[in-house]
Amino acid sequence: MTALAHLPTSTRPPAPPPVRRGRHRLLPYLLLLPGAAWLLVFFALPLLQLAAASLYDPAGSLSTGYAMTWAVGNYPDAVQAYWPQFSRSFLYAGIALVIALLMGYPLAYAIAQKAGRWKHLLLVAVVAPMFTSFLVRTLAWKTILSDSGALVGLLRDVHLLGPDGRLLATPAAVVLGLTYNFLPFLVLPLYASLERLDPRLLEAASDLYASPLRAFARVTLPLSLPGLTAGTLLFFIPATGDYINAELLGTPNEYMVGNVIDSAFLVRLDYPQGAALSFLLMAAILAIVFVYLRKAGTEEVL
Amino acid sequence: MELRRWLADRWVMGVALLVLGYLTLPIVVVAGLSFNRPSSRLSYDFDEFTLDNWAHPCATADMCDAVVRSMEIGLIATVVSTVLGTLMAFALVRHGFRGRTAMNGLIFLPMATPELVMGTSLLALFVAAGVPQGFWTIVIAHVMFCVSFVVVTVKARLAGMDRRLEEAAMDLYASEWQTFRRITLPLVLPGIVAAALLAFSLSFDDFIITNFNAGTTVTFPMYVWGAAQRGIPPQVNVIGTAMFGIALLLVGASSLRGRRARRAALAVVATPASTGRP
Repeated sequence: MTALAHLPTSTRPPAPPPVRRGRHRLLPYLLLLPGAAWLLVFFALPLLQLAAASLYDPAGSLSTGYAMTWAVGNYPDAVQAYWPQFSRSFLYAGIALVIALLMGYPLAYAIAQKAGRWKHLLLVAVVAPMFTSFLVRTLAWKTILSDSGALVGLLRDVHLLGPDGRLLATPAAVVLGLTYNFLPFLVLPLYASLERLDPRLLEAASDLYASPLRAFARVTLPLSLPGLTAGTLLFFIPATGDYINAELLGTPNEYMVGNVIDSAFLVRLDYPQGAALSFLLMAAILAIVFVYLRKAGTEEVL
Repeated sequence: MELRRWLADRWVMGVALLVLGYLTLPIVVVAGLSFNRPSSRLSYDFDEFTLDNWAHPCATADMCDAVVRSMEIGLIATVVSTVLGTLMAFALVRHGFRGRTAMNGLIFLPMATPELVMGTSLLALFVAAGVPQGFWTIVIAHVMFCVSFVVVTVKARLAGMDRRLEEAAMDLYASEWQTFRRITLPLVLPGIVAAALLAFSLSFDDFIITNFNAGTTVTFPMYVWGAAQRGIPPQVNVIGTAMFGIALLLVGASSLRGRRARRAALAVVATPASTGRP
């Protein structure tokens, strides 16, 4: 029991201050009011409006106005029309996530445990891409992957690509772009978890004849789980909703649900359909997050 | 055996450096392309070296207008979201109140919602309410998604603060306002500045939410998106490189200041004269 007393308590959040009486009773509400009002009016209320718009009569238009007819049929119609793009969003984001984990875990581990005095510099290098515009960086991949570029030339020379094989405008390019753009969001929380990992635990594991692989599976991985969970979500959510990579690095054959929603709202002006797809995307992501959090929270890894 | 041990020790770092290379490559390409004279408007290859793009960054006037507009929107959104978010952070860390769980949820949700959903739902609201879209609807949207990030950043700084410093000031008969002004605010300020910089960069770089709520207003990301269909002027890469350079300078300066402050603090602690009183 006494050993428990020495466990670090800093990870547990401090209890919130008690509700005060008298002069200060109203102060917290006054401090919260402007920000909370902004979020209620411009975040929560719009979600309700989106739900309403997804049930508008699909026969209406922007110029004639939409009638609220509780047209639940908008949902199956939208799914039927755009199932390939909808499922592709989750497929591409899922593949990109697996690649990002294979790249991001060693990176976060190396910075947290092996970098020594270079730690700060390497961390800056991880966030450095975000210093410049997302779109400009994605366009740079167009140059890197271009048919006349050095990379494609090299891959053709070593016969990894056929003589007219390409990288640009393929599913591979879109997945690579997604991986690139959201990798820092995966690495940073993972780093925060791994940084707190006490290297003596790994020494103890190896003293007790655990192989490096076993030590990783039984010590490192479980202890990095909070960062892994957070990082996975921070990667997967924006990657699923992204359509910039599909637009700039792919072709309409690689379009994701975002491309369809963008054109529904801004080009075809079919609001009920766009709203239905958008709401469905949010529901699907929330469902995945919920299931995932329950699994990660209750089940032991391995 | 020796080689195996050496490899076992180093392979993680090797992989990490390769991944960092992958993350850095596009920035190198952007910087390189800023010195490029493209052979045609739709060329994405490096054709010929030139300094013209840096000498005349505003040769395409629309682009510079868009950059200025992005800065105006970024500044307004930063000021508003930093004030709103800081007030909320103080309430959350320093005060007890009913409805804390709901409030935390309201602050967390915008960070977990895909931008696509926030952008389209705001568009649906503005259209239903008959609000014409433009400069101010972009500002409203940017404040909305920046506030949560400000709250999280300032909260982290506030939660890590030593409350005893404020108690000491009060013990020395400082009024509540004096304590806030002289002790609390200076200690929280680095967190507020970090939050403001984060808010500005989020706002300046936002495309998806802006795209749905801009009307005919063109921000820098909107300009780049439009230009991607017509042909990208090389000056876009000048702006990209300059942004990167400015951000790097800011980070470098803040880490230098941090190091100097730590060293000064160490010096104070280490000097016997400052600890032992006559």
